[in-house]
Amino acid sequence: MTDAPRTHCELAIVGGGPAGLAAAALAAELGVETILFDEQPTPGGQIYRNIEANSRKHDALSNILGADYAKGLALVERFRRSGAAYEPLSAVWQVSAAGKLGVSQKGRAYLTRAGRVILATGAMERPVPIPGWTLPGVMGAGAAQTLMKASGLVPEEPTVIAGSGPLAYLVALQVMKAGAPLSAVIDTSQKGLFETGFAALPVLSGFGRDLLKGLSWMAALRKARIPVFSGCNLAVEGISRVEAVSFETRGKRQRLSASLLLLHEGVVPNNQITASLRCRHVWDTAQMAWRPWTDEWGATSTELVAVAGDGAGISGARAAAHRGRLAALDAACRIGRISRAERDERALPERRHLQREARFRAFLDSTYRPTEAVRRLADEAIACRCEEVTAGELRAFVAEGFTDINQLKSFSRCGMGQCQGRMCGGTVARVLAQSLETDIETVGYYRLRLPVKPLPVAQLAELGNAERDLRPSPMGVDGDPSQRV
Amino acid sequence: MTATDAIVIGGGIHGCCTALHLALRGLRTIVLEKNTVGRHASGVNAGGVRQLMRHQAEVPLSIAAMDAWERLDDLLGPDLARNCEFIGSVGQIGIAESEAEMEWCHARVTQMRSLGHEFEEVIDARELRRLVPAAADICRGGIISRRDGHANPFRTTQSFRLRAEQLGVRFMERTRVTGLEQGDRCWTVVTESGVFRADILINCGGAWAWQVAEMVGEHLPRTHFASTLMVTSRMPHFIDPVVIGIDRVLSFKQTEAGTVVIGGGVLGDPDLNSETADTVADRMVVSAQTVCEFFPILRRATIVRSWAGLEALMPDVIPVIGPSQVARNLWHAFGFSGHGFQLGPIVGSVIADLVATGESAIPIAAFNPGRFSSNDMLGSTCIPDRKVSQEAGHE
Repeated sequence: MTDAPRTHCELAIVGGGPAGLAAAALAAELGVETILFDEQPTPGGQIYRNIEANSRKHDALSNILGADYAKGLALVERFRRSGAAYEPLSAVWQVSAAGKLGVSQKGRAYLTRAGRVILATGAMERPVPIPGWTLPGVMGAGAAQTLMKASGLVPEEPTVIAGSGPLAYLVALQVMKAGAPLSAVIDTSQKGLFETGFAALPVLSGFGRDLLKGLSWMAALRKARIPVFSGCNLAVEGISRVEAVSFETRGKRQRLSASLLLLHEGVVPNNQITASLRCRHVWDTAQMAWRPWTDEWGATSTELVAVAGDGAGISGARAAAHRGRLAALDAACRIGRISRAERDERALPERRHLQREARFRAFLDSTYRPTEAVRRLADEAIACRCEEVTAGELRAFVAEGFTDINQLKSFSRCGMGQCQGRMCGGTVARVLAQSLETDIETVGYYRLRLPVKPLPVAQLAELGNAERDLRPSPMGVDGDPSQRV
Repeated sequence: MTATDAIVIGGGIHGCCTALHLALRGLRTIVLEKNTVGRHASGVNAGGVRQLMRHQAEVPLSIAAMDAWERLDDLLGPDLARNCEFIGSVGQIGIAESEAEMEWCHARVTQMRSLGHEFEEVIDARELRRLVPAAADICRGGIISRRDGHANPFRTTQSFRLRAEQLGVRFMERTRVTGLEQGDRCWTVVTESGVFRADILINCGGAWAWQVAEMVGEHLPRTHFASTLMVTSRMPHFIDPVVIGIDRVLSFKQTEAGTVVIGGGVLGDPDLNSETADTVADRMVVSAQTVCEFFPILRRATIVRSWAGLEALMPDVIPVIGPSQVARNLWHAFGFSGHGFQLGPIVGSVIADLVATGESAIPIAAFNPGRFSSNDMLGSTCIPDRKVSQEAGHE
């Protein structure tokens, strides 16, 4: 790397999915000096991963990934034209309340300062902590889709998909089309699309296409004679790797052999950065997940920081782009590029789209609640997979009188592993809240601090060489001493 | 309203240990803790059990503490003692990288011997490499205290609490003290969850202890700080002793889990009111540089978390242990300035002695709360300088 990293910018955007791309493009168009940081090598996020390369190919893969995926190209093209700076392959391991970003890029870490930050860190698959879920051969359906998008990898072994929500069906269809030996789908949502779909018709007028799309996925599976079960109380069987999955269907226990089991119970906001900033968070009961509190522009309770897209609450890729633009308008207004009136005027069409999306989201949220096994873990189910802590162990600590989520962490090491609590934070809070018969907001979340992404010691050691101006005073303390207690 | 003999304010390691020792002497005791037991410095320090390079004034206390660590079974019973995860006699080593630092080690050991203390010795490069094969060539030797080791701070604090509970101590968590009044017969302690009364009051309030003192009109230094720790993902086992720097910002140990805890006194940003502290990346650089220089194997490690516990800091970097200057039946034990964990098992017994007999068998005159009366740092702000925070961060 020859270019020295930029030491500051007006607006930093973290994440290159639809929210981040739309925000960066609009902000740059409005004259805001913008840098977009993204972990991936190319723009698109999870949903439009590798979209530029894949859409050039016009091959079987793009056919499999479908028309919705192709729509991401317009977002990427507008971003590319906008003049926003783009830093791919960049992990943001810190965002401070003062707008200081810690970035790790190509084996090197540096700090940069932003006047405002828009977090567009999107969603992650909800962990599905059923018994046996950590066995090799079990993975998220979304992760399997990522492998297809990024490297064209298709499952070769007998595959079962179990889960709730559109993505479970979409991935089923995609792996089937790609030639994977899909042996069954287990639908863990307790209501079918038909019943709720038709009951919800009045709210859903205008979403016929989306509903039809969902129905067409099911029809395609039926046509291919892929059995679709309605199941609950799943458990993974196997000694050193997955051998089968068992579940209850129509009151009976059933067992299906599988070498690959793809699980999916929806997605949840990736809120590590807002949690580390101690932004105010709210527990979204409909989506069963934490999300940072935001105002109508995506601004959080931390002065310089906004969140856009699924990271502020799941609303899908189409809504994410609109939410990204709202955050960009607000940033441009705060920075002084546009007036308040212009901001409000330009926001109107984005808000109209969002209202429309919100109706469909409410339908999805109520239809695809996570399965009971996720909502109430079995004692033997592993809650924290990094440190292999079961729900039963956590409950034992609670029974001894330890009622604080950070006490559970200190005792059991849950949340201390490589994933930094990303995977188990919500699960452990849920187990604790249920044991105490209280709500999750009372229980709270892990205390998180930097780095929000693992950071090599050597990179931190060399950080000092890049950024003299950001180093602390020799006293080691910033600020006015008289202001300190 | 509750009647009782003694109230301990603060559920850190010293509060728990004090309650335990008061209960051993038959006093009905309550601990009032504003958060949860071990929430701040006691639960989140690096767990060093160190006599090495201690302040002279602390040495007698530290030696007595080490005896207590080695006999935790007697105090806690075997199960709770095991729960502390104390590993002794792996040694703590101050690493010297220059001739000047080696000379300092020799001078220190000579001085300690003249005072009758034999627990420190100088080691040469060869002995250092025998004990710590991963040390880089720039490490020339150092100073060692072979009896030292480490323990799990959170579990240790909980073990003291559980033992105290077995002896009848009541712990009131999430119970913040908002007012103190001394009547003719007893103390009245007003909290958010009710009023408590007792003859005897012990202030083990850590970073907030000065606020407790001010409730009775006693002014003590208000300084607090947060010492940064970072921890790596698991690595293959490569080191037994705890190593610290002499003039360098360094302190690390490998835990049973294989993670490496790196400290050394880098300052975090404390916030007394929100009762938390942030860590600051730019300041942590110097720690990372030093561990990489001294232990190149750590270059490959990955930092997964960092944190900083809130702790009181005295201008002279030694604690306040002794009777209040303004009120009867009030004793203070706080201000351990970042290295109070090793003293955990002993301070409570000193306080219990003071309460029962007015005297301590271990010399504690240097910790007298009155020593700040004519000090211009009293009640004002004092910013820890590099050297202080380095000393403060060794545990």
